[in-house]
Amino acid sequence: MKKAADVIIIGGGINGCAAAYYLAKRGVKDVIVLEAAKSIGHGGSSRNGGGVRQSGRDPRELPYAMYAVKHMWPTLSEELGVDVEYCQAGNLRLGKTEAHLEKLNRLAQNARNAGVDVRMIDAKEVKEINPYLSDEIIGASWCPTDGHANPMLTTLAYYKRAVELGVSFVKDAPVKAIQKVKGKARKVITADGTVFEGETMILAAGYESREIARTVGIDIPMTRYFEEALVTEMQPPMFDQMLGTADADFYGHQAKHGSFVFGSECGLEEAADMPLTDTRTSSLTMSAGCRAIMGYIPALKDAKIVRSWGGWLDMCIDEVPVISPVEEVPGLILACAFTGHGFGTAPSVGLMLSQMVVGEETVVDISALRYNRFKADR
Amino acid sequence: MISVDDKLKEIGKYIPQPDDDMLVCRCEEVTKGEIRQAVHAGMFTIEEIRRFLRCGMGLCQGQTCGKLVKGIVARELKVSPAELEPAVSRAPMRPMEMEILGRDGGDK
Repeated sequence: MKKAADVIIIGGGINGCAAAYYLAKRGVKDVIVLEAAKSIGHGGSSRNGGGVRQSGRDPRELPYAMYAVKHMWPTLSEELGVDVEYCQAGNLRLGKTEAHLEKLNRLAQNARNAGVDVRMIDAKEVKEINPYLSDEIIGASWCPTDGHANPMLTTLAYYKRAVELGVSFVKDAPVKAIQKVKGKARKVITADGTVFEGETMILAAGYESREIARTVGIDIPMTRYFEEALVTEMQPPMFDQMLGTADADFYGHQAKHGSFVFGSECGLEEAADMPLTDTRTSSLTMSAGCRAIMGYIPALKDAKIVRSWGGWLDMCIDEVPVISPVEEVPGLILACAFTGHGFGTAPSVGLMLSQMVVGEETVVDISALRYNRFKADR
Repeated sequence: MISVDDKLKEIGKYIPQPDDDMLVCRCEEVTKGEIRQAVHAGMFTIEEIRRFLRCGMGLCQGQTCGKLVKGIVARELKVSPAELEPAVSRAPMRPMEMEILGRDGGDK
């Protein structure tokens, strides 16, 4: 087994796999990716709703979210040789009350200020776009350039292409610490004591990145949050848009094979404190999710739920990720705290991580996401 | 620790077999050949195979093909099926209509 390389990537999720792929694509093939689980993409990468979204994003994230939608997602299936099920059919955020519409209007205004085409539409137009929705809906915000893709396929497609291009992956290799040698990040130590060595390291291990970064004196203020999803049996093709609500009580879409995938909450998530390895779903969330979904898409009341799943989000204190090299630890690049919306941006984040490794300017400016932006506010 | 490079070298190249077009997962129409090729692309766990091919993700949730898929993956990896972790079973136990599942009284 290879234990030394130019680049060591800690975390075989979508950001780690995408970074490995874009490095290999540009000729940097001496790369090792260490994944803690036995399966690639076992964390948030296979536990998310598949949104490829620009609307509703923080202005600091928008440039690279928009870059991915414009320049990367449309050709990704072709590039990776796997159909990642990207579908750019728009995002409807639905409202049932005047207070909902006020909130949606505010979000739409923010998005327009940042250069994203999001507009408010009335009940009639909502029905024209999606005839299956409830008559209780009085309006929505509409972003025609948003969409969705299959997160599990996208992650594994990046992995498969990276393997084909010569990247070395090691699974079941949880990292415990990074060690400096002569002031530079140099060694990566796994739980069983194996030492890997590299010139540059990318730390993209979700919430677990926090413990690992601490071993070189860097702390990223993030917490963890448990979120669940449910999946219906296959349905005839109904609609292609991504749906969300002003109330944020559910979101989801119909996947290519016919199942609907819906994220939902029961309201008790803040207090979830199981170990990170425990991703069993709660007995309350599925039922709460079903009620919320039927309130907006009554046509689905007879659809059977076949499966539910849960996963941990790495929530940053200011709700945008940390993507930057670390000055105090030369050779270390952080990519973590994606706060539950890292899937849609993974292509551009992977590309920018590969650019950081070779010391090139990133395709868009992301200096607002630096690791040292957190200041005391008292 | 599982080195993907070492394992791929150990199991050798994918060699087509005469019954590769046999349907193994009937719900999602996945063939034996697709499963074997996925193993040679680096998918070594039942979870990865499921996520990549959808076998066992359909209406029966793998109750019909689960064992078959495991046997094919194990043979391809040159390990005993007992060494492979089964896919996680997920709630609900049986497919259930949203209207019924939503009626747990939790909102009252």
